[in-house]
Amino acid sequence: MKDSDSPMESLRTVSEKPTEPGVLARAVGTLGQFTLSAGRSIFSMLGGMSLLLGKATSYTTKGLLVPGQRIGRNALIAQMVRVGVRAVPIVILIQLAIGMILPLQMFPKLDEFGQSEQIATINAIAGFRELGPLMTAVVLCGFAGASIAAELGTMATAEEIEALQVSGLNPVRFLVVPRLLATIIMTIMLTVIADIVMVASGMFTAVKLGIDPDIYFQLTTEALDLSGFATGLVKAAVFGLLIGLIACFLGLSVKPWQGSAGVGQATTKTVVYCIVAIITADAVFTLVFYSYGLFD
Amino acid sequence: MAAETKKKPVIEIRQMVKSFGSQRVLDGINLQVYPGEIMVIIGGSGCGKSTLLRHLIGSLIPDEGSVKLFGQDITTMSENELNEVRKRLGILFQSGALFNSLTVGENVALLLQEHTNLDEPTIDIMVKIKLELVGLRRHSDKMPAQLSGGMKKRAGLARAIALDPQILFYDEPSAGLDPVTSAQVDQLIIDLTRKLRVTSVVVTHEMDSAFTIADRMCMLDRGRILKIGSRQEFEALRDSEPDKLQSQQDKLVRQFLRGDAHGPITDRKLTRDYEDDLLMVSLKHQT
Ligand SMILES: Nc1ncnc2c1ncn2[C@@H]1O[C@H](COP(=O)(O)OP(=O)(O)OP(=O)(O)O)[C@@H](O)[C@H]1O
Ligand SMILES: [Mg+2]
Repeated sequence: MKDSDSPMESLRTVSEKPTEPGVLARAVGTLGQFTLSAGRSIFSMLGGMSLLLGKATSYTTKGLLVPGQRIGRNALIAQMVRVGVRAVPIVILIQLAIGMILPLQMFPKLDEFGQSEQIATINAIAGFRELGPLMTAVVLCGFAGASIAAELGTMATAEEIEALQVSGLNPVRFLVVPRLLATIIMTIMLTVIADIVMVASGMFTAVKLGIDPDIYFQLTTEALDLSGFATGLVKAAVFGLLIGLIACFLGLSVKPWQGSAGVGQATTKTVVYCIVAIITADAVFTLVFYSYGLFD
Repeated sequence: MAAETKKKPVIEIRQMVKSFGSQRVLDGINLQVYPGEIMVIIGGSGCGKSTLLRHLIGSLIPDEGSVKLFGQDITTMSENELNEVRKRLGILFQSGALFNSLTVGENVALLLQEHTNLDEPTIDIMVKIKLELVGLRRHSDKMPAQLSGGMKKRAGLARAIALDPQILFYDEPSAGLDPVTSAQVDQLIIDLTRKLRVTSVVVTHEMDSAFTIADRMCMLDRGRILKIGSRQEFEALRDSEPDKLQSQQDKLVRQFLRGDAHGPITDRKLTRDYEDDLLMVSLKHQT
């Protein structure tokens, strides 16, 4: 039967025997192509984002310095409310949980060495340097990043961006600058909230574990030098900038003919890229701060 | 309009070519529009009318050829120079393209706030006047999403005329409007042109509206201009006997103007490439 000449048979024999080299070659080929195109798109994206950042910076400085070119204060406030205020409860919730998780996990080990009150130090350092900015930024990837990308993408599909352009209104000045500033400011402000909530929650947990609140408070303030607080806020600012920049770039990259599918893609991409960018930036920061001895 | 031809054109397109990928959408367009006239561009869906308009407002740059507005070539301009020219243009997009985060009134006010030094009270009055012109004064505080399709179009028109432009571009102004509103928009286009000496370029599918407003007409087909002429010439062509027409082009235009279901336009769609296409499908599925 296998030698049959009928086309149906020959088709079946082919499909029954998976041709390994073909599949492998194809897989390698696909992977190679994927890597190439991914590499290319990452470069063009980085290029585009740098360009966007450059333009946004120039419009911002002009807006601050040149009288006629002011930044729309109403637009900025509207964006800050949109980006930040809705995220406050979530940030508080997450930091309440983390402020509890860390002491509970550390307590048994530290107690063995009779150092249980050092929970305060760990909580303060981890919170202010790392988890406050990081968690805030991750939450804002969804709240700010996704909503900005979706909004700008929708505007692009509705010809609104084009309408702005041909009305002589620059989309970067008009749309990107207020959103970028709003994400930066709100990431910093929410980080401050996140820091405070985490310390408070940690203190509450520690007290429940039998640690003296006065000692906890004292150790926290000792652990918290200016540099820890400041590096955390610098991080927050950069995270906010990354979120705003990626979201604006991907949102504005949606082409009118891509329709709602394009908007959906841009939104998803924004969340993923934002998280990747934030973690990468965090690693770079940590390395730099570490090698400059800012962690002593 | 014999007198018009002696004036210098406000819009002058020369040998314009534009391709998207392998598809040549505009293929050697030559077109002049003179001050104070209404030029109506007609043509089948997808023939490149909106694309042509996009080149006239500088949001697309042609692959070849030049586009001159007010005697200046906009294809070689810097963004800043282009923006200066754009302040003298008004554009009504096919979809309206209102800014959805602003109310109708704010949409109209935005350009006045950004491009003029007028104070707020003056701007408020201007906005009221423009909205009254399109019959939307009472809807000033609505968001675009709360408007019907026709209202969006009229709001877009109010925004387009906010800065008292010298050239107005309309992409299908009366599509989706009821007959009365549509006639009002037609009248508005005529009034603006006659009273304010605005030059208008109107893309439309509505033949009634085209014949009502046009001074001159131009028919686009497959990226080329089939015919340019005065309204009277087009009317004569529409009412002519098909046997008396010499050129194939005139026959095509005639069918389009009359909206006949049968004729040269429909005939050429059933050409061999349809059969080839079907053949390709069956071949593809055999292997
Ligand atoms: N940005 C673009 N990228 C690729 N192709 C495009 C683009 N814009 C338009 N086209 C193609 O160009 C052709 C002309 O499109 P255009 O929108 O100008 O048509 P139109 O004459 O305005 O049609 P309608 O009357 O339906 O509005 C179409 O085939 C369209 O698919
Ligand atoms: Mg169109």
